[in-house]
This record gives sequence, C-alpha cells and structure tokens, in this order.
Amino acid sequence: MLKETNHIFRDPRTLLIVFLMPIIQLVIFGYAMNMEIKQIKLAVYDYSQSTLSKELIKNFSSTETFEVTYPKTSESNLNKLFLSRKYSAALLIPHNFEQDLVRDKHSQVQLIIDASDPNAATLIKNYCTAVVGIFNQIEKISPIDIRTNILYNPDMKSAYFFVPGLIAMILVMISALLTSIAITREKELGTMEQILVSPIRSHEIVIGKVLPYIILALMDALFILVIGMTLFGVPFNGSFIVFLAFTLLYILTALSLGLLISTVAPSQQVAMMMAITITMLPTIMLSGFIFPIASMPKSLQLITYIVPAKYYLQIIRGIMLKGNNFSQLLQPMLALIVMTAAMLSLAVKRFSLRLK
Amino acid sequence: MPDKKLQAMVQTIDLTKRFGKFTAVNNLNLSINKGEIFGFLGANGAGKTTAIRMLCGLLKPTSGKAIVADCDIMTESECLKQRIGYMSQRFALYEDLTVRENVLFYSGIYQVKQEQALATAETMLTEMGIDLKDKALTKSLPLGYKQRLALTCSLLHNPQLLFLDEPTSGVDPQARRAFWNVINKLADAGKTVIVTTHFMDEAEYCHRVLVMQNGETIALGRPGELKTQNKVDNMQQLFLKLVS
Repeated sequence: MLKETNHIFRDPRTLLIVFLMPIIQLVIFGYAMNMEIKQIKLAVYDYSQSTLSKELIKNFSSTETFEVTYPKTSESNLNKLFLSRKYSAALLIPHNFEQDLVRDKHSQVQLIIDASDPNAATLIKNYCTAVVGIFNQIEKISPIDIRTNILYNPDMKSAYFFVPGLIAMILVMISALLTSIAITREKELGTMEQILVSPIRSHEIVIGKVLPYIILALMDALFILVIGMTLFGVPFNGSFIVFLAFTLLYILTALSLGLLISTVAPSQQVAMMMAITITMLPTIMLSGFIFPIASMPKSLQLITYIVPAKYYLQIIRGIMLKGNNFSQLLQPMLALIVMTAAMLSLAVKRFSLRLK
Repeated sequence: MPDKKLQAMVQTIDLTKRFGKFTAVNNLNLSINKGEIFGFLGANGAGKTTAIRMLCGLLKPTSGKAIVADCDIMTESECLKQRIGYMSQRFALYEDLTVRENVLFYSGIYQVKQEQALATAETMLTEMGIDLKDKALTKSLPLGYKQRLALTCSLLHNPQLLFLDEPTSGVDPQARRAFWNVINKLADAGKTVIVTTHFMDEAEYCHRVLVMQNGETIALGRPGELKTQNKVDNMQQLFLKLVS
C-alpha cells in the first residue's frame, strides 16, 4: 500500500538503519572468530587397509572431536556427500600407505574439508594436523604429510561466511522488527482502531502493511550481496532465481514472526524488545552464523531447529558457495515452509480476534 | 406503516460488557432515532467509550443485543462498518502524511473513488479553512485543524451514522463551537450523530443525552426535561447532582 511506503520514506531513521546497518556489520564481522568444534563428521576412505592405516584411523576415532564413518559410496561421489552436508571432512589414505611408510619412512594422506564455513574448516584442519602429529610421535616414524584440499572456499575467507550470515540477519531484522513496530505504532496512535471500524478485511490490512517491507527486505538482501561480491569478492556459484525464491520464502517466515509479535505486543517498545530477543539474538547466536551449531551443547542444538535463520543459512551458503540447486535444499526449504505456515495461521487468527 | 429505517438508528437490549469481574457497561437499553444528536455523558471510566466501541463493532458485548443501522452488531459487522463513521478521541490521522494523502488513504480503506473522496473533502475542508493541496505534513497542523480533518476522513464514505468519541478534548472553545456547527449541519442533513463528551456545556447542544456512572444508566432524556425534573439551571449542576 502506498501509504506504508510513504511512512518508510518519511522516516529517514528507518531508511538509514536499513542501509547503514549492513555496512557497519560487514566491517565488524570482518574479524575472524575462534571456536571449538566437536563431532566433526569425517568420511574415511582407507585404500591401504593395513595395520598402520587402521592405527591412524583409530587415532581419529578415539578423540571426541571426530566422528569417523566409512561411506559406502565411492570417492567420486564424495562431492555429493558434501553438498548434502553429510560430512564436513574426508580422509583419504592411499593404497601404498604402509609400504611407503615402512620403506621410505614417509607417506601421504589426503584431507578434504568443506570450507563453506571457514572458521570450522580452519579448526578441522588444525585438529587433523594434531591427530596425525600424535600418530607420528607414537609410531616414531618420520612425518606423514597431510595434503589438505579445501572445498568451496579455498582461501578460507571469512567474508564468504559472514556475508550470507549478514543477509540472514538483516532480513530478519527488517521483516520481523520493522513490521511488528509498524503495526504496533498504528495501535499506539489509535489509527489501527480507525482502520478496524472500516469495512476493510483483516487480510487486506496485513497485506497492505507488509508488502512494502517485503520489497524493502529484498532490496536490502541484493544490496548486501552486491557489496559482498564487489568489496569482498564473495562468489555466487548458484542460480540467482533460486536465491531470490529462497530469500522470498525466508522473508515470509520472518514477516509471519513479526506479525505474530505485533498481535501480542501492546506497544512499540514491547514489540521491539520481543523482536530483538526472539529474532535477532537467535539469528546471531544460534543459527550457525557465528558459532558453529556442532560446537553447541545438545540442549542449545535442539533450540536451533526452530531458528529460521539456521535453515536459511544452509540454503544461502549452499547456493552462493556450493551452487546448490532446488532439490539439494529441499529439507531446509520444507522446514521454513512449515514454520511460516504455523506462525502465519496463528498470527491471522489472533489478528481477526481483535476485530471483534 | 413507517419504515423502520426512519425510526430507530440504534436499538439496544440489555447490552452488557464485562472485562473479567469488572462490569464496564451494564444492561444498556436505548433507542436512538434518525437525525438525532445523541450524547453519552459521564466521568472518565463511566463506560461511555466501551458502549460506543460495542456499537461500532470494535468490541464484542458479553451479553445483550444491539441493532445499529439495521445491522446486528454480533453477526453483521461487515455491513455495519460500511454504514458508520467513527472518529476517536485521538484523531486517528497519520502525522507523517500530508492532508491529501490522509484523505486518499481513508478513501482507500472505505473503497470510495479517489476523485469522489477528494471532491467531498475539498468542499468540507475549504469550508473549514484547510487547503487540500497543502504539502505540509499533518503533524504541523494545529489541533483544531486535525480534528476537522479527522472528521472529514470519517465522513468520506457518506455514513448514515457518525460516532464521535470525545471529539473536542484538547481543542480550544472557538474551535469547539465551530465543530458543533458542523455537527448540527450534519444532523440537519439527516445524519445521526452519537457523541461522547465530558464537557457539560456541550451536552446542551445534544437533542437527548444519556448520563452514565460506573457502567449504569443514571439518566436519559432531553437536556431541558432533565434540568426541569432535577430543578437545576444547567447541565453542569445536573451532572453533579446526579453523580453525587
């Protein structure tokens, strides 16, 4: 609705937040962060099948850090396993591992790491080096070389990682925070009452209220993407259409959350507090944006299942860094759809109750 | 047989609203005729606003029945909303929009054609000394102007019945008199006006008034009759006598 668009443009502070915020955040999150990870899913291909190779694998599996599995599919399918996020790293032990080691006192293994989350990738690499180092000491042999092969983000640039995260966060902020404030503002001013005595239907009010914010949010997502690509050289490997489609879905999820908040909150301040605590904080803390979900305690990991940004991050990192297509993102997509439907139906129900 | 539309514009039977244990309006029975200016009087919290909000379909009554503009407020709120105008005590205008944009927005939610709405608004606003083409935002207007703009917006769809919830609170005496002139004109043109107020001098302008206290009706009738019955000179004295 034209009126809401006017509101947005007459309030320069909102506009400033919408476009300045991403820039500030981009700068802040430029710093790398260190975290601890547990249960790294490691796929092992042991072509040597020797005592020494088994000993090396045991060194990996005996730590809490690694969860070792032997995939049934062949190595050529490894890429698919990474795309579907079944593994975050793979260890390849060559056929002549033991012979080389015994004869030449020297051998090589290959390590492949999914670095679409570069913090995690760095840590995985360091852990692996440490495990192999211990193995070298115990066996009292000259070092095994680790040949690390980093997938999707070879330079391990953190920009690759925080630009998608930032899009997720800014979208939730605009969609949930601004819509809930816009609606509660009408309640405070008494204009909502004026609208409710008119014959307009509740879904028309809602659509008119949120449509400008959908457009604003989409524009902002593109804005961050363009800055990320030009300033930080973030790649965009997937299809742009897929990106738009999923971004729109995520915006709808966040908007439903904003609507739900506005039906509960009596004033702008309350709406703001609620929006920040139930959208911004989980998005920053629990979505895997900054802290890897795998390194969280079990109870927190459970909570992350209801954080929409978690799914959107999987999606957007998948699209940008791995070039994922629709079918590979089906599971997070379904999660977002279910959440949107649940929140939207609840919000509309509460909204129409107020009309009575 | 007289058309019932010409008779009762509002008819309530034992209309009651409770919020938890608190009874805001208790067994309200009244009948308001077409073309009448009807006043709801009472102190703050007496139940005036609650009563009005029930009559325009914003609140669901706890019990009782009401027919407003031939619509049952419980079941036919859609047709009811098309036939009534409502102006709240807070002048529900968008302060960051211009006068014209406010008029266009309200014409939009009432599905009135834009040209038609602008024409209606122009005649009304020019009469009141407001220029529709003014680029200034509504927040820069004096309160009296805002009040008249809000009234104009609530009349765009030409409702038969107009609810005014404390329309003159905070407005200076001169603007109040001008406002009542407009209300009188509306009533002459056949519109029914229901107004709440706690200015007792304004009660004199009403054709009939209802005095409320703690959700109960304590007096109902023409201002003149009520004054004679209670042997007082003006509404102020009447009100104080009734309430004490």
